[in-house]
Amino acid sequence: MAFRGAPDILFSRMGFDDSHTVDRYVRTGGYEALPIALKRSPEELVEEVKISGLRGRGGAGFSAGMKWSFLPADIFPRYLVVNGDEGEPATFKDHQLIERDPHQLIEGTAIAAYALKCSLAFLYIRGEFALGLERLTQAVAEAYARGHLGRDIFRSGFELDIVVHAGAGAYICGEETALLDSLEGHRGEPRIRPPFPAVKGLYQKPTVVNNVETLSNLPWIVKHGGAAYAALGNDKSTGTRIWSLSGHVNRPGNYETELATVTFRDLFFDPELGGGIRGGDEVKAFVPGGASAPWFGPDQLDCPLDLDEVQRRGSMLGSGSVVVMNEHTCAVRAAWRITKFFAHESCGKCTPCREGGSWLEKVLKRIELGAGREEDLDLLLDVCDNLAPGLSWPPGQTTICVLGPSIPSSIYTSIRMFRDEYLTHVKEGGCPFR
Amino acid sequence: MARLDPERVQRATEIVARYPSRRSALLPLLHLAQEQDGHVGEDAMEHIAELLDLTPAEVVGTASFYTMFKREPIGTYLVSVCTNIACLIDGGFELLEHAEHSLGVRPDGTTVDGLFTLEEVECLAHCDKAPCLQVNYRFFGSVTPDDFDRLCDDLRSRRLERDVPRHGVLNRDTRPHPMSAARDGT
Repeated sequence: MAFRGAPDILFSRMGFDDSHTVDRYVRTGGYEALPIALKRSPEELVEEVKISGLRGRGGAGFSAGMKWSFLPADIFPRYLVVNGDEGEPATFKDHQLIERDPHQLIEGTAIAAYALKCSLAFLYIRGEFALGLERLTQAVAEAYARGHLGRDIFRSGFELDIVVHAGAGAYICGEETALLDSLEGHRGEPRIRPPFPAVKGLYQKPTVVNNVETLSNLPWIVKHGGAAYAALGNDKSTGTRIWSLSGHVNRPGNYETELATVTFRDLFFDPELGGGIRGGDEVKAFVPGGASAPWFGPDQLDCPLDLDEVQRRGSMLGSGSVVVMNEHTCAVRAAWRITKFFAHESCGKCTPCREGGSWLEKVLKRIELGAGREEDLDLLLDVCDNLAPGLSWPPGQTTICVLGPSIPSSIYTSIRMFRDEYLTHVKEGGCPFR
Repeated sequence: MARLDPERVQRATEIVARYPSRRSALLPLLHLAQEQDGHVGEDAMEHIAELLDLTPAEVVGTASFYTMFKREPIGTYLVSVCTNIACLIDGGFELLEHAEHSLGVRPDGTTVDGLFTLEEVECLAHCDKAPCLQVNYRFFGSVTPDDFDRLCDDLRSRRLERDVPRHGVLNRDTRPHPMSAARDGT
């Protein structure tokens, strides 16, 4: 059982060393949901997913059923693209779902493809996941061999091909329109919307892009019903979710819990989850939902893991990755390293992101190395404000995608929380933590 | 280096058939070239351009966007050390520094024996095992300096050949896609 009696919806097979094999999958209830789904109409399945309240697990948290219903009714072919290009710093859940339970992802993909009436789906997998790519390729071949993919699946007349496609090292390809450009064989640069992918996506055809974790929920939802899923969590954050917990906790790892009923304090301190802060140290700050998310301080420890509540408090649960920093962590160094990431991963298409990111990185670096000036703090905030006007969350938009406006998050929140620490770097001519 | 060999041209043809548009096969074919030569050379890119009805400039322009495609020869083993936020907290920079001293190269440098290329990379999604690294995209977690030196010794003495193939070999399951068989009615 997952935490506090909630069902293991996503991680039910993690106790088995052979969780990735078709034998183990079938022996633990696998490929039972797909024939159930195929006996229902696609429209009923879309409705079931709407009832479940399932929201996208890639970062934006958009309603999955709603996203599906944006597809125009009579335009074919249409495509399903699975986003397995996990790259948000400190997120490692899709990595585990792909490597350890590839058949669950394939079954979820097949259910979604049937609901969306598409016969070709692409699994875009991060190129660095060599083992995941091998296991997924193997699993797809096994699914074909057993008649779960290909023609006339479970004698329903439904036909589906799934192609595993390896990325090649570009964080931006996790952004859904950049991913589509990459899948079409181009540089991964985001597209201007509208048109949205639901109308003109892959090859200018209606396309749904869903995250790996999102689709891995579907076998359970089909078997147990959308209402059972919606009974978990609260009215807007339903079901369970995987938290990628890292940093200064005793037990870093992926943990599946019910949404909204667990707080950050539970996640960090419960003996079954994070198990407390190493060495009994204090929480100085934490990243609540990926490197793009504004930081929280210890005053937010009792905030529930609820998408809307976290947003109301000025940040996001994003990709579900939580990084805990103890009081010995240098806030400047942490913010600099996160900014260095964004500067490296900017695709270069939009000026504020391409130029702003790299200049912010340079200024943070000189402060950390002891060559900063007091006026650098205002300079940082000014450049941040040019990237994300108003410095709040969700950020003001100045670029085609949200990568650029996400860069300021760690910078302005760390300056607000730890201004004295920044000034100490300037006054002492170096990092006080080193 | 070389154009794609006949066996890989055959695999390229099969890969192209998986997609509604030829150009979609560009990244897979670049991976194929890297599998053959350990990097993506100019001759291979020209060959890929021919196979996909693209110009060589379109192929290079796309390949250069992606950090995994190495357009110059590199070592047999690409050692990628993460220093992003979770690894920073657990000694990723110290590990990188140790790797530099131990191998005697700076990031993006290759050892004189041509065995190792070192690089600093962004988050590898292995953060519960920080600090982590990859060798030819195979994961190693919670790596101490001693672990690092042992790992390099194991690689030098070819003790890890089963787990870590040479650079460029990504997905070892290279069978034709079952879809082609299904569509042929076989």
